[in-house]
Amino acid sequence: MTAPTTTRTQTDKSSTLDEAIAEISSGMTIGIGGWGSRRKPMALVRALARSEVTDLTVVTYGGPDLGLLCAAGKVAKAYYGFVSLDSPPFYDPWFAHARTTGAIEVREMDEGMVKCGLEAAASRLPFLPIRAGLGSAVQDFWGSELKTVDSPYPDADGRTQTLIAMPALELDVALVHLDIADVHGNAAYTGVDPYFDDLYCGAARRRFLEVDSVVSTAELVETVPLQRMLLNRMNVDRVIHAPNGAHFTFAGDYGRDEAFQRFYATSAADPDTWRAFSERFLAVDEETYQVRVREWASEQEAQKA
Amino acid sequence: MSDNVTRAEICVIACAEIFDGAGEIMASPMATTPLIGARLARLTTEPDLLITDGEALIFADTPAVGGSAPIEGWMPFRKVFDVVASGRRHVVMGANQIDRHGNQNLSAFGSLQHPTRQMFGVRGAPGNTLNHPTSYWVAKHNSRVFGEQVDIVSGVGYDQVNPDNPAYGYLDIHRVVTNLGVFDFGGPDHTMRARSLHPGVTAEEVADNTGFEVAELDSAGVTRLPSDEELRLIREVIDPKGLREREVKPVETSR
Repeated sequence: MTAPTTTRTQTDKSSTLDEAIAEISSGMTIGIGGWGSRRKPMALVRALARSEVTDLTVVTYGGPDLGLLCAAGKVAKAYYGFVSLDSPPFYDPWFAHARTTGAIEVREMDEGMVKCGLEAAASRLPFLPIRAGLGSAVQDFWGSELKTVDSPYPDADGRTQTLIAMPALELDVALVHLDIADVHGNAAYTGVDPYFDDLYCGAARRRFLEVDSVVSTAELVETVPLQRMLLNRMNVDRVIHAPNGAHFTFAGDYGRDEAFQRFYATSAADPDTWRAFSERFLAVDEETYQVRVREWASEQEAQKA
Repeated sequence: MSDNVTRAEICVIACAEIFDGAGEIMASPMATTPLIGARLARLTTEPDLLITDGEALIFADTPAVGGSAPIEGWMPFRKVFDVVASGRRHVVMGANQIDRHGNQNLSAFGSLQHPTRQMFGVRGAPGNTLNHPTSYWVAKHNSRVFGEQVDIVSGVGYDQVNPDNPAYGYLDIHRVVTNLGVFDFGGPDHTMRARSLHPGVTAEEVADNTGFEVAELDSAGVTRLPSDEELRLIREVIDPKGLREREVKPVETSR
């Protein structure tokens, strides 16, 4: 006698970039995983930059993700602890431009406050207490949007601690890039740092995962130590296969493309060079982008030779 | 070994002394000179310091700047914030502006929502200063950095403290090391005070390059010179490529 078998299988969440971006509408709050110029979901960011969406609120440990969205005029408001390219020239040119022209409103905060706000949202709490932010300009950046809370528990000496009540950073959509996943959304990072991608997914209503490599579940669990499996399928809604998708930031299997990042930054300095950069790399779909990046790299090599 | 010591090497000594007595905590230097200083401290007075590769690995050994070494642990960004909150860390940050109360800015110049120049944002400065010892390294001491007030308070200074709120109780702005001298906030009402000036630096030079009055400037001592062993560690072990000399404008002092 054979045991009863089920013919049903877990949901296949394979998706295209365009299907994912079609779910995003103007005015939404988007959380973007990674850190600075590290493991950013750049394929999704590039697709979002090409879309018709506007007036986004972006929550990020910022790098060129926020920069490219600012360049495309998509951002109305940004919540971040910093924005950095992590290597020279360090400062993102398009974020800087959006700030110095007053084009975006920002809620700047301590780096730890970003984590705290995502943890509150992921735990379905209205806020979590944190010391960071007290006494700094963070309270001025946020105005009445950021409040303090008095501890209900007095200190041993009878005094009361007043702390920042970090509000939950609730996201409509989280965009993250991991290195390897199955079609159901079980996913692992292979670099040295998980960053906060699971928290972004925990804080979001819809969770879009782009990955360099899509494999079977069996291969996934054989390929990576299980402790590297940062996401499980209940925290992922769409799986988008995007090889080298984090370019020009780094992911587990490839480094940051320092030459291309510098090219991005220098191209932003002048309207003509930026137009050329945009036409070649941003006005095209992801597949074409990857082809053109390879062509550009060959040109650079040829010039050196 | 040459009898001549460079200003950069004196700055390294001053940065190493930031960690005197720190014990078994995480040292987080954010620039080359304090990084060399932290590693010198680890090889001399503070062998239990934890140092990382700047990403997520904790070094079991003390490699040269940019070099690799065996690993003793894992410190991803997520865990760094746990360490920050625990207080077991001493960070040496940079600063675009510092005022006499120790407020620091690395965010932007100008107004909050419409700055004239954008830098990194406040980064970890608000949380670092509220949680654990924080020092600053400034390679070019001038009155643009050390001015009357900072545009955007990133690192919290002593004049922001609400004495009725014990949540400010961990604020400890330990040192400011610059190419001219070593400072702390032991002046009147926790204002900036000169501890020592580097050899060859005059009180007048510091005063001319600082936009506010520095306490005890005329009575400050002289920053000590490195020992032979310290010089050997700096030149041969920690920084054989001489990266320190790129960060600090060269001035030689004979021993």
